[in-house]
Amino acid sequence: MAEYPQFYKYTAEHEWISVEGGVGTIGITHHAQDELGDVVYVELPAAGDSLEAGKPFGTIESVKAVSELYAPVSGEVTEVHDELVEKPELVNEDPHGEAWMIRVRLADAGQLEGLMSAADYQKFLEAADSGH
Amino acid sequence: MSATNDPHGPGRYQPLGPDDRRRMLEVIGVESIDELFASIPAKLRYAGELAVEPALSEPELIRHLGELATRNGPAAGMLSFLGAGCYPHFVPTHVDALIQRQEFMTSYTPYQAEISQGTLQAIFEFQSLVAMLTGMDVCNASMYDGASSVAEAVLMARRLNRSGGRVLWSEGLHPAYREVARTYATHLDLTFETLPVGADGRTSVPAPGDDVVAVVLQQPNFFGVVEDLERAGATVAGGAAKFIVATTEPLAWALTVPAGEAGADIVAGELASFGNAQSYGGPLVGFMASKQEYVRNLPGRLAGQTVDEKGRRGFALTLATREQHIRRAKATSNICTNTALCALATCIHLCSLGRHGIRQLALHNLAKATYARRQLTAIDGVEAVFDGPHFNEFVVRLPVPAGDIVDACAGRGVVPGVVLGRFDPARDNELLVCATEVHTRADIDKLAATVAEVCK
Amino acid sequence: MSGENDNGNGMAPRDDQGQLKQEGLIFERGGAGRVGFSLPELDVPEVDVAAAWGEDNVRGEIAGFPEVSEVDVIRHFTRISQHNFGVESGLFPLGSCTMKYNPKVHERVVRHPGFAGAHPYMPASVMQGGLDLMRRLEAALAAVTGMHRVTLQPAAGAQGELTGVMMIAAYHASRGDGKRRKVLIPDSAHGTNPATASFCGLEPVEIPSNSEGTTDIEALRAEADETTAALMLTNPNTLGLFEDQMQQIAEIMHGCGAQIYCDGANLNAILGKTRPGDIGIDVFHINLHKTFTTPHGGGGPGGGPVAVGEHLAPFLPRPTVEVDSDSGQAFLDWDRPDSIGKVQGFYGNFGILVRAYAYIRALGAVGLRQVAEDAVLNANYIQKRLEGHYHLPHPRLCMHEVIFSDRTQKKHGVTAMDICKRLIDHGYHPPTVYFPLVVSGALMIEPTETVSREDLDTFIEAMIAIAAEAETDPEHVRAAPHSTFLSRLDEARAARKPILAWRPETAGEHEPVGAGATG
Repeated sequence: MAEYPQFYKYTAEHEWISVEGGVGTIGITHHAQDELGDVVYVELPAAGDSLEAGKPFGTIESVKAVSELYAPVSGEVTEVHDELVEKPELVNEDPHGEAWMIRVRLADAGQLEGLMSAADYQKFLEAADSGH
Repeated sequence: MSATNDPHGPGRYQPLGPDDRRRMLEVIGVESIDELFASIPAKLRYAGELAVEPALSEPELIRHLGELATRNGPAAGMLSFLGAGCYPHFVPTHVDALIQRQEFMTSYTPYQAEISQGTLQAIFEFQSLVAMLTGMDVCNASMYDGASSVAEAVLMARRLNRSGGRVLWSEGLHPAYREVARTYATHLDLTFETLPVGADGRTSVPAPGDDVVAVVLQQPNFFGVVEDLERAGATVAGGAAKFIVATTEPLAWALTVPAGEAGADIVAGELASFGNAQSYGGPLVGFMASKQEYVRNLPGRLAGQTVDEKGRRGFALTLATREQHIRRAKATSNICTNTALCALATCIHLCSLGRHGIRQLALHNLAKATYARRQLTAIDGVEAVFDGPHFNEFVVRLPVPAGDIVDACAGRGVVPGVVLGRFDPARDNELLVCATEVHTRADIDKLAATVAEVCK
Repeated sequence: MSGENDNGNGMAPRDDQGQLKQEGLIFERGGAGRVGFSLPELDVPEVDVAAAWGEDNVRGEIAGFPEVSEVDVIRHFTRISQHNFGVESGLFPLGSCTMKYNPKVHERVVRHPGFAGAHPYMPASVMQGGLDLMRRLEAALAAVTGMHRVTLQPAAGAQGELTGVMMIAAYHASRGDGKRRKVLIPDSAHGTNPATASFCGLEPVEIPSNSEGTTDIEALRAEADETTAALMLTNPNTLGLFEDQMQQIAEIMHGCGAQIYCDGANLNAILGKTRPGDIGIDVFHINLHKTFTTPHGGGGPGGGPVAVGEHLAPFLPRPTVEVDSDSGQAFLDWDRPDSIGKVQGFYGNFGILVRAYAYIRALGAVGLRQVAEDAVLNANYIQKRLEGHYHLPHPRLCMHEVIFSDRTQKKHGVTAMDICKRLIDHGYHPPTVYFPLVVSGALMIEPTETVSREDLDTFIEAMIAIAAEAETDPEHVRAAPHSTFLSRLDEARAARKPILAWRPETAGEHEPVGAGATG
């Protein structure tokens, strides 16, 4: 059973966000990378781009699938993890740590209220699984 | 069960006999074949016999198709100097023999890599050869034809620019290519402007503004003239506009500076000159090649090198996430089936020519066309239209409408060239003449003599 | 299981395990001065290209191009071909691809100089045979589909779709009906369908399938309105089922002023049994490389003619082939002001049209209907004999293809992909897998009509053996294929670090690595 870090928040599209000092670090969850399979490519925005909560900010590709990455919050991109383009396999190896994708200065910290806690996300996954 | 009264019988392609059918229906548990079609509501069933022509046995089929083929000029031994995007070349016999191997000819798209290494390796070799020929980083596994490939190149430039805008293309880009591109762009925010060619037959390219998405030249161009790609490339470089180089006769690239060296972003066009018969204009060999950085925006299939679980080299289709079967609505193109077998013929022919042969063949073409141009312009009233360098085609101006000349020559067993008036009424007296290695000196002399005769 | 996967071509180099040796790249072969072509002596004055064009405008020899003899070329390509599967080796059960036998007589007739040597700009007066063939093929396809006109120009099914949808858009535009932007597409559709809609600037809207596997009529009714341009249907659909509510579908779509496009990929099931033009379809594309047996060629060339109803004829790509009523001469008609334009530089894949025409003439009306009957019979026979061994998501009579899922085998950890790879060991090209997307772990089998009952039985026995093995020795199935030289190619690596061309500068990178490799 995967460990979902307690201090992260989660979205229904399987992104996580970890906030410190008004800046959120964003990536995708263990569940997402597991579903995708071997990640081969990640397309990320540039520093300075603005994000809108719920809208796509990039794409992630495996051999057989491609998915959009959805912004958990609105804000301005402050940092992009360029190394991921060279080493997309990091997403499979350490999705909650090494494979962070972007950092965002939050426009509205209130948006975090609407996201799931680790426990809620875990329940969300279990519910989705039993529906199959 | 439907009766087969037809004595010519469908049987040889349909192995089931009446006994087989009976036994199979028993296993399935139905009384008749009709029951198997029960899901088609009675009202929607076709009760009649299809209104197609009567079936032919194999000998009759050969005779009938032969009769149709004989009613075409080439069968009657007509001497043709037609080019204009489709060129007569000699294809070595072994090329055609190899593509008829059933493993190549009847195989499916190589999605199952382990049992398609033949196709995949051949595609990889094709991609490599064309990348080297064009001087580009990467080439796809082929498209449909040159015209639709250039259209897709324009669309690719638009995707890379993330917005619409103007496309500047040369008058020297084949008119049919321009029409196909316009058709493909019907629902897009692109406008097209034509850059004229000068007295030398070359296109002069203005520095493109920020609203230009692509600049498109053809090499050699529609008039057979060799463009100065390096100058055009230098003018386009540095801006947002993508430099697209098209080709209908890539044999010339054995001699010209390749587009990659001239700064092309995308190269697209027709490779049918290698390995393929003219075949009344199809099937042909469209392709696209680009700089490495654009590869994820390149349409079409790509074969990539990789290793298997034991570390042995092999090949597989790759970057499939660009394509329709995965990205569906957001695919780079909707292309699925391409022109693989024709591309294989191109690959085999290029391998057979090799680094020395392709150059020699190109020099032969240049020599034949130069001789033909000299012989024709020696005729009273016939003059060359462009003074720039040419490859295996050139344009002459005749004293009367070219269409009349062509009709008169055809009556004498010679088709001297393409009437440019069919594309541009201002060029009604102009004829585009092609000469390649398939034309002997005697053929070219006959061309000149015939034209001289009808011009009198 | 021995390493027998060479289509019966025994004479080729093998390693000490009896596996066919891998052939190096052509660039790794040959040597200076070898010659693989033949050219007559130049009989006209030589031209010094550097003098004619200017030295700076001329390139030298292409460094990476090979230098090989004709014998080297023949052996190289013959050897790599043996790592391939063709239809002549045996049943090729790829669902939705209609891998039927490609008659040899087609290869003979298409190579006649009158066809092969014809330039597209040859005057019509000396191309009457070719134009006549195109006219006859159009008439035959119109008769088969029950439709009014057929364009032979599109080069493949996807391009046919593009052409068809463009004609529909042009039709609505001509009637000032500019609000129609939606294209309704069933969730079971082939990926080219939504890709095509987007290409034409239209918006694909997904319509769910019902529990039977056909289109959900109520969902369709809810979406069909005055903003709908078209429905893109496949019939029989990708699940191999006939859309038996076709009449209602036609009423709903035509009722709201939309057009119906039908993907004809599965025409093999209904030849002579029903005609799209009779059941409400406005545009129907045909895959010549499926139903009309033009060879698949490892991925083309194909042919994608599009048949249309009379109201759409003005929008056909130009030129069309017409016959002058006075002279009886065929000609190419370019004067079509409402045409959508062109999708190919010339007139379409003529060489493919010749083969398709020859096939139709060989079969005739009775033969064509027999195709559908035998194709459907064969698929149902396979379904009946395998339904005890594989899970059948839609337990009803199928048409020309049958879909199983890997649900039963998954209980033992064996997936559809594993089953496929194990089938390779039995000497078959695997069926289509994981398509359509609406069936999880799908295995789609289309035997076609060009297979004997004995060959069907042998295939069925192989499938039964694999199902049994999945229970008794699942690991052996999961590790398949065992009989091919390469196994489980690393596709992630191919996508992460794409190597898409051989280069002289990086020749070292391309050297085969690992045990048993040859160069």
